[in-house]
Amino acid sequence: MFGSVVVPADGCHLLSGCGFPAPSADIFTWPVLASFHLFGIEFNITKPVVLLMLGAVMIMAFFLLAAAKPKLVPGRFQSLGELGYTFVRDQISREVIGKDGDKYVPLLVSLFFFVWVLNLFSIIPIAQFPVTSKFAFPVGLALMVWVTYMVLGMKKQGPIKFFTNMMFPPGLPKPIYLILAPIELLSNVFVRPFTLAVRLFANMFAGHLLLTIFSIGAWYLVSPSVVGALGATASLTMTIVLTGFEMFIQFLQAFIFTLLTAVYIGGSLHAEH
Amino acid sequence: MSLLAEVTGSLGPIGYGLAAIGPGIGIGIIFGNGVQAIARQPEAYGVIRQNMLLGFALAEALALIGFVAPFVLK
Repeated sequence: MFGSVVVPADGCHLLSGCGFPAPSADIFTWPVLASFHLFGIEFNITKPVVLLMLGAVMIMAFFLLAAAKPKLVPGRFQSLGELGYTFVRDQISREVIGKDGDKYVPLLVSLFFFVWVLNLFSIIPIAQFPVTSKFAFPVGLALMVWVTYMVLGMKKQGPIKFFTNMMFPPGLPKPIYLILAPIELLSNVFVRPFTLAVRLFANMFAGHLLLTIFSIGAWYLVSPSVVGALGATASLTMTIVLTGFEMFIQFLQAFIFTLLTAVYIGGSLHAEH
Repeated sequence: MSLLAEVTGSLGPIGYGLAAIGPGIGIGIIFGNGVQAIARQPEAYGVIRQNMLLGFALAEALALIGFVAPFVLK
């Protein structure tokens, strides 16, 4: 389960004549735990997939428990669930879309907590791997958002009106549209899902790499010398500080992912005036 | 055509460094002005913070693409 994480050999320290075993992108590939064929496609189960399912089950269990027996005076789980729900509704949906966005709050709540939990696996002992740092998972989520706001826009504004509204925002001098229309089309239809996926992926990828570099650095610098002792302490301190920073980044990225989803949905609901 | 100059070695980090300049300036401007706006009008905190994070996310995307590119285009 701990797979191909490049752990420097036991004797590999500063003065033992061995170079710094810098981690590379290889730490993101995991050995296959199990595999099966379905409809001619090979499915490989690796640690990120296990964590993904665990995350999904955890969130489902939590919200089912929170909403199992709703009472006027909420119990412990219910008030925690309501806290999460109202946070997304008031801070994201109502601020961005407005009152008529309340219909889409369940989607936003699920997205926010799903992404957050997947990110949080980065610093949970034993798991210690952000699932969203495998590019396929953010791509799946971004595609879902893309389908949602495209279909919603075509439904609410009409299939052709949606694109013309998008490409020709009113109130600009005519020649500008020559440049603006293709740019708007490109950015709304193609760049949006791409950056949505890449932003989440790259943040988690960079964060995990950063934590790995400093923790391997601390282990590598352990040696009977002044430089080694000071360096190892500094590196270990850095690991702890960065873990705290990562917690902030994980929350922020889940928040931004949901915020942008809300912005896109809002844009599909009301054409730009 | 003869070769006049060539750059070799690990160019990925150099590319990332260059890619981080623009977003760095952009993010600085966004948060600087955001904090200033909050200081001037604390009651508009919600709207300002939300737009600040939005601008931050858009500017940051460029730096992150620059970070990923060296891994992808080896």
